[in-house]
Amino acid sequence: MTLTFERQAPEQRPFPGPGGRRPRARGRVRARRAERRPWLAFASLAVVGLVLLPLAFLLLQAANSGWSEVWRLLWRHLTLTLLSNTLQLAVVVTAASAVIGTGAAWATERTGLPARRAFGALVVLPVAIPDFVVASGWVSLFPSLHGLLGASIVLTLGLYPLVYLPVAASLRSSDPAQEEVARSLGLGPWRTFFRVTLHQVRAALLGGCLLVALYLLAEFGAFSILRFQTFTTEIYAEIQVGFDPAAGAALSLVLVVLGLAVLAGEWAASNGSRGSRAALSSARPRPPVRARLGRGTLPALASMGLLVALGVGVPVGAIVYWLVSYTRTTLPGAASLASAAWHTFAYSAAAAALASLLALPVAILSVRRRGRLSLALERAGMLVQAVPGLVVALSLVYFSVRYARFAYQSAALLVVAYSLMFFPLALVAARASLARVPPRLEEIGRSLGRRPVLVLLRVTVPLVLPGLLAGFFLVFLTATTELVATLLLVPNGVQTLATQFWAYSSDLAYGAAAPFAAVMLAVAVVPTYLLGRWFDRLPSRLARTA
Amino acid sequence: MRLPVYRQADGVRRPVARVASRVPAALAALAALAGLGTLPALAPAGAAASARAAGGSRSSRVTITLYNGQHPETTSALVAAFEKRTGIRVVVRDGDEDQLADEILEEGGSSPADVFYSENSPALEDLQSHGLLAKVWASTLEEVPRRYDSPEGDWVGVSARVSGFVYNTRLLSRSQLPRSVLDLASPRYEGKLALAPTETDFQPVVTAVERAVGHEKALRWLEGLKRNAGSHVYPDDETLTAAVNSGQVAIGVVNDYYWYRLRYDLGAPRMRSVFAYFAPRDPGYVVDVSGAAVLRSSRHRRAAEELLAFLVSREGEQILAHSQSYEYPLGSGVGTAQPIRPFDELRPDPVTIAELGEGRAALALLQQAQVL
Repeated sequence: MTLTFERQAPEQRPFPGPGGRRPRARGRVRARRAERRPWLAFASLAVVGLVLLPLAFLLLQAANSGWSEVWRLLWRHLTLTLLSNTLQLAVVVTAASAVIGTGAAWATERTGLPARRAFGALVVLPVAIPDFVVASGWVSLFPSLHGLLGASIVLTLGLYPLVYLPVAASLRSSDPAQEEVARSLGLGPWRTFFRVTLHQVRAALLGGCLLVALYLLAEFGAFSILRFQTFTTEIYAEIQVGFDPAAGAALSLVLVVLGLAVLAGEWAASNGSRGSRAALSSARPRPPVRARLGRGTLPALASMGLLVALGVGVPVGAIVYWLVSYTRTTLPGAASLASAAWHTFAYSAAAAALASLLALPVAILSVRRRGRLSLALERAGMLVQAVPGLVVALSLVYFSVRYARFAYQSAALLVVAYSLMFFPLALVAARASLARVPPRLEEIGRSLGRRPVLVLLRVTVPLVLPGLLAGFFLVFLTATTELVATLLLVPNGVQTLATQFWAYSSDLAYGAAAPFAAVMLAVAVVPTYLLGRWFDRLPSRLARTA
Repeated sequence: MRLPVYRQADGVRRPVARVASRVPAALAALAALAGLGTLPALAPAGAAASARAAGGSRSSRVTITLYNGQHPETTSALVAAFEKRTGIRVVVRDGDEDQLADEILEEGGSSPADVFYSENSPALEDLQSHGLLAKVWASTLEEVPRRYDSPEGDWVGVSARVSGFVYNTRLLSRSQLPRSVLDLASPRYEGKLALAPTETDFQPVVTAVERAVGHEKALRWLEGLKRNAGSHVYPDDETLTAAVNSGQVAIGVVNDYYWYRLRYDLGAPRMRSVFAYFAPRDPGYVVDVSGAAVLRSSRHRRAAEELLAFLVSREGEQILAHSQSYEYPLGSGVGTAQPIRPFDELRPDPVTIAELGEGRAALALLQQAQVL
């Protein structure tokens, strides 16, 4: 089939190929692939270099403050407490998110759960609710909630969508035939789940867990409210109170080391399962036969309901509670709400677009040209997720003040900051959807004599567009809730929803702060709905492309 | 019948002619609309925008940038009144005072900021020690008692608060209250004490304690506080005050105004806590000064100095006195209009601005006690 296509190509081509290139045989195609590598690798190198800018800043700052000062801060009993807190939390939350995310994905994708479409949209929503709103909500309801337990509950409820999204997508695109075969061979539903389904979604599950673990390392807002000390809260304390960004930045190096450990762990666990994904994608998925829940319907409904009530209900309830109970505060004007909402929307959308664009070459390189370089670049790109937002923002302040003064305090720099911070989200989404596109289609494009760039624009991008869009929305949603980097980098005189919420809540005026949190949620609902719709239509798209 | 025919025959040219004849009319109408209606409406906005872009080259619309580490609501009321009075436009950048001071240090000699308004003196002293502040007009400094201004005349005190403690009336009885901040390290308060070590308002208390009892005792005191607080470590005084009020914890050291603001927002019937003062001249009884400074790098020093003068003027201080910020005005002899203990009845620790300094000693102590 492919060969016929190639032979027909010269006659069918309406325009001569650029530079009058002749159509070539398969051997030449391989040569072209090698030719293309430097371009792709160069672009990826540039992107990862940009993403790693905060790490360069850390090393510079640590060297500036002197390694003896770094040792003085690290060589304390407190460090041990922080390390143990951080590790315990990472293990608990990652495990809990894995179980909840996978369970919820299985329930919405593989069972006859009533109202599963609505649940599919609702369970994603927590990722779009700011951590400080969620944590404040929980503390309003349960004033004694704190420490490891509090942090675990709040963070799990906020982060499980990062597991749910890739696992649900993977379930959608994987062939249900395998499960059906397993069932027909006499395996029960549970054993089928553990021996077949779980294996199919393994890569997606591990990818989601990786994001959760890295995200946890850098989390700040929720921990400070829940009184749980981690490396990140300590870094903030040093920088905020210490007039000493150098010491705080030096401490961040510990987080980078922890991030490297997490990445290495994920790599070790996922090694070997990577190859199976492309093979799966060539199968033609069709709607699965959904497991009938029977007597399990009620418990399943109850647990999904509980998940939504806790993840979405509590923060929404908190917003309502603030509006009702802090009545003495005058409410903010509609103009300031609208202006803050517009800026939040514009910055987040621009950042999401930039992050998706940056992720594309790295994703292509890591999926299509597997090798040491591409692996190293992809992993390095993920590392920034473990760096606290404050440090990313400080690094951009540092570099822009010295080397790009014109960009300092510009909207563009804030957009760059967001897209660096959330680059891993875009990378994971792009990578996942690219892995499902058969390379054959690109080979056909090249065999028609198209330039690699044209193949990229006219074949690859349209095919991975849904995945890029999913990444776009994920970055968008996360960026709308960002506070710390925004405070440092926002243009003078501009307010976003998050900074306004912060400004009022730091005056204890929760009544005035609540509308900004409410608008933040409203801004998030549309992308979440679209994200859910995209996942709904995934099988038919794949059927068309495969 | 004739009429339609006539029209039909004429129809070929007619529409063209009609359009052609209308083009000038339409253009004229458009021009009239633009000239009479749109342009005048656009002109002021355009001029304002260009003045903003140019950083205010016209004296009538000078634009200055204020880095605001004070509470945003307080500042926006002051800025609005200043803009109305002087016609000078103020672009406000809100943030935590320490974070803004760090930004100014990073920006060095080319900071976009013209004025820095901070909640506490150490952030200002830090910038002063780096030589980044300009001298304040003598007439401005004169409006404020000397001991609340920068010792070098580099910044002016605008308002003040006082530290004390907030306690939950259901969890502690009057007889259990401390007389001194030093008592809070005693085992009596184990599990009852709340601590906000990263709150900038806490450092002056640490400095005052060290000054009163010396380094060693201060260190043991901090270790006692850390032990008593256990997991009750809060990010700031706002959260701490709300936690004491809701009964999560019994007692904590805070500045008075947080408790008054909480009462304003929640309403008196929902208050389960009381703000109280330590014994006279106790190191836990410290006056914290909020001040403002003009940056040496400012290109609009005159307008910036005018803002400082306004802040300590009768008009500016009256706004503070009547606002819900519950701070003590320091300038032009204005007293607070709120029902809080009058400023001249306070009996604080005699620690001076210069002794509070940049807060480095307090920070080292906090780190040594592993509270930070």
